[in-house]
Amino acid sequence: MKTITVRYFAMFREHAGVDEETLTLDAATAADVFSATRERHGSAEPDGHCKVAINDVMADWDSPVSDGDEVLLFPPVAGG
Amino acid sequence: MAMRCCYFRRLRVADVIEITSGPIDPDGLRKKLFDPAAGAYCSFEGWIRNENEGQAVLRLEYEAYEPLAVTEGQKILAEATDRFSCSHAHCRHRTGLLEIGECAVWVGVSAPHRDEAFQACRYIIDQLKVRLPIWKKEHYVDGHSGWVNCERCAEHAEAS
Repeated sequence: MKTITVRYFAMFREHAGVDEETLTLDAATAADVFSATRERHGSAEPDGHCKVAINDVMADWDSPVSDGDEVLLFPPVAGG
Repeated sequence: MAMRCCYFRRLRVADVIEITSGPIDPDGLRKKLFDPAAGAYCSFEGWIRNENEGQAVLRLEYEAYEPLAVTEGQKILAEATDRFSCSHAHCRHRTGLLEIGECAVWVGVSAPHRDEAFQACRYIIDQLKVRLPIWKKEHYVDGHSGWVNCERCAEHAEAS
C-alpha cells in the first residue's frame, strides 16, 4: 500500500468536496489513483480528456506512482 | 555589433507567461515586444462574450493551477519562438471572475516578418487552450452554472 496525496481542481474539486486528501492505496500508476478517486467520489469522467501531474510535473496515465507522491488530477482544460 | 544587440535584447525582455487576477493592459504589454530586429507584431485578445451554445452568459470564472500553467506556458512560448523565428513572445491569462467584454487572455508576438508573427501567435493561443491547466466556469443569466469542456458539465449544472 502507498500513501498518496491527491489534489483536485475545478469540477473534480467540486465533486470531491475537498481541495486535497491523503489516501492509502494499492496503486501502481496514475490511472489506478484516478480510478480509486472516481470510485470514492462517485464520478465517472473518462481518462481521455483529463490530465494528470505527479509532484508538479505533467505525467501520463501509465506513469508509476510511489509512496509519498502528490498526484494532481486535472479535468478537461479550457483556457483562453 | 550583432552580438551586442542580442545581449541587450536578452536582458531587456524575456518570453514570459503570466497568470494574473488583475485586468490585462494590452497597450502596456505590447511595448514589451519592441525590438530593433522586428518588422511585425501580431496579438490576440480573448474576450468574454455573452452567450455560449445558445445559453445567455452573465460572467465567467477562471481557475488556474499557476505553477504548471507557467511551466507549460513557457514551453509553448519557447516552441513558438523556435519554430517561427520570433523576436519575442508574451502571454497573460486572467483568473477569477470576469465580466462580459473583459479580456481573459492576451498573446503578443514580434518577429522579423508578418508570416512568422501571425503563425506564432496562432500557435500559442491554440496550444495554450488545450495544454494549460486552466478551467472556466460559465455563470448563466438564468442562475445556473457549468464548467466548460466537461463532458458531464450539463448534468452537473442540472444537479447543482
